[in-house]
Amino acid sequence: MPVITYREAVVRALDEEMAHDENVIFFGEDVGKAGGVFKVTPGLYEKFGGDRVRDTPISENAIIGAGVGAAVTGLRPVVELMFADFAAVTLDQIINQAAKFRYMSGGQLKVPLTIRAAQGAGQGFGSQHSQCVEAWFMHAPGLKVVVPSTPADVVGLLKSSIRDDNPVVFLEHKSLYTEKGEVPDGPDFIIPLGVANVVRKGTDVTIVATQQMVKVSLKAAEELEKQGISCEVIDPRTLVPLDLETIVNSVKKTGRLITVEEALHAGGWGAEVATQVTEHAIWYLEGPVIRVTLGASIIPFSGPLEAFLLPDKDDVIKAVHRAMEP
Amino acid sequence: MDKFNDLSTEHLLALYRRMMLIRRFEERVYYLFLQGELPGTLHQCQGQEAVAVGVCDHLNYTDWITSTHRPHGHALAKGVSTESAMAELYGKVTGCCKGKGGSMHFGDPAVGMLPAIAIVGGGNSVVAGLGLAFKLRKTQQVAVCFFGEGATNEGAFHESINFAAVQKLPIVFVCENNLYGASTAYHAVSPVKDVADRAAAYNVPAQIVDGMDVLAVRAAAGDAIAAARAGQGPILLECKTYRFTGHSRSDARGYRTKTEEAEWLAKDPIPGLGNAMVAAGRISADNLTAVEDDVMRELDEAVEFARNSPDTTPEQALEDVLA
Ligand SMILES: Cc1ncc(C[n+]2csc(CCOP(=O)(O)OP(=O)(O)O)c2C)c(N)n1
Repeated sequence: MPVITYREAVVRALDEEMAHDENVIFFGEDVGKAGGVFKVTPGLYEKFGGDRVRDTPISENAIIGAGVGAAVTGLRPVVELMFADFAAVTLDQIINQAAKFRYMSGGQLKVPLTIRAAQGAGQGFGSQHSQCVEAWFMHAPGLKVVVPSTPADVVGLLKSSIRDDNPVVFLEHKSLYTEKGEVPDGPDFIIPLGVANVVRKGTDVTIVATQQMVKVSLKAAEELEKQGISCEVIDPRTLVPLDLETIVNSVKKTGRLITVEEALHAGGWGAEVATQVTEHAIWYLEGPVIRVTLGASIIPFSGPLEAFLLPDKDDVIKAVHRAMEP
Repeated sequence: MDKFNDLSTEHLLALYRRMMLIRRFEERVYYLFLQGELPGTLHQCQGQEAVAVGVCDHLNYTDWITSTHRPHGHALAKGVSTESAMAELYGKVTGCCKGKGGSMHFGDPAVGMLPAIAIVGGGNSVVAGLGLAFKLRKTQQVAVCFFGEGATNEGAFHESINFAAVQKLPIVFVCENNLYGASTAYHAVSPVKDVADRAAAYNVPAQIVDGMDVLAVRAAAGDAIAAARAGQGPILLECKTYRFTGHSRSDARGYRTKTEEAEWLAKDPIPGLGNAMVAAGRISADNLTAVEDDVMRELDEAVEFARNSPDTTPEQALEDVLA
């Protein structure tokens, strides 16, 4: 299987979908000849031309609005918001327009729009370019929310997102762009939305983690293995829809749940998963459900400060120990 | 050309009827609302009928419009059926949005109207995408964005007109300048006297139009829509108009003088056209009465239809969230 980076995975998925369906168009700031500020989408402009790959003004509201308007006509626009933090500038278009058009029209409209943005910390980008924003969109019915952690997931899930008839917020983690991984060859490779990935099998504790935190959790699991604790690590990959079944089944087996996320404790996806598990499997739990999250603060510029806030392997190990306490 | 721009009497009567339909629809709806028969709130467009009717007269169902919190006139002008519009206000499943949209989100994709957008300026952004799609597909379709002068102080107005201009999108931005955004006079919140002047900042041609004269609106819109279809890029029309009612259901209009209101009421576009036709000998006053009677019949039927339509069922609240 070919090994590619997370960054290359984005362009592969876009390339395949643009070739597959001429209704797929792609636009955003600096995505044309420049290939995106994260250099994520090089070559698309050259291959598909300026009609289908467009540079826009620095106008996030107009960009998402244009995506919504184009989508209701049957095009499948992919728009790039650059940094996910900028979604705050255009929340109206995402939450009030894209997400609600189908409902408000009594089901007459479809909005097959994919909004790509890079989120997450770890690069010293400071407070306005580093947060994880998935929870913002989990609270807006009508949207799907995708948080890939590997190159294969990027390819498979981005393609599904583009083919989906609903608005999808596709959040790439910018610290993962250089991650490498195997991706099955061929344009037919696709991963459906709403199917979790059991990244590591285990029997004592279920750890649910996304994006950067999958790697952190896997490192913790390795170390815990040496201590005789067997961890099952699950990456839900999409938060809406959420593959609750895989998570609940795992907890029924292990009796313990840890969630690990790079976002705030209050109102994060971990809180949602924890609650859902208690609703569906409380009698199987043998210990407290523990959420490993970001410190209750804002992502700072300083490297040591940023590192302090981000959950690491030791935080996960501590949480597992607490959950295992008799 | 004669004062009617050489339009046939039949065509003129159709314009007259459409405006009358909107006027009487709004009045009927207000009455039903006061009776407690219709829930929610209402933003009505009495006085502004000429804009919707004059512009939409040039549009096909394949052309799309976006609308605002004040959408009833746009909807009826674009061809949303009177029955389905009325049923929507009753929150019935037979409504144009199955009762989920209501007054502020009127729309019907089948006739080229998106659900109306009640976030001020929201439609200005979405229309850019409609224009983009039409341009990409080279279909000669046109997108029209209706908005109030209040929306021109939203960033969305500026972002999207610039976006449309730089990409030369087939969009006509139709500003209905009724002088007030809720209670606030435009001059109190804008240092630019005319909205049309704002277009110059984006190198977009703009025209000020007498929004109380359906023929003037129709003429200006005809040129603008033809230019947009021909690929010349966006145009802004500023239609000077006035809403005869309050902003929403419970607005005593203390911010306007009686004199000002009287001045604008005297420009009422509906008798304006009707009387001119009679004076010119095109029709008799009886013809106008007949049109009005016909409109009243249509509205009676629409109300009957809405009243007799089945209610929504509770579980429908959960449907249509995702495709
Ligand atoms: C973003 C946003 N801000 C405020 C409002 C509340 N609001 C509804 S209508 C309105 C006035 C709008 O004035 P204008 O755009 O001129 O349209 P008009 O009501 O005159 O038709 C306001 C402030 C809103 N719906 N959306």
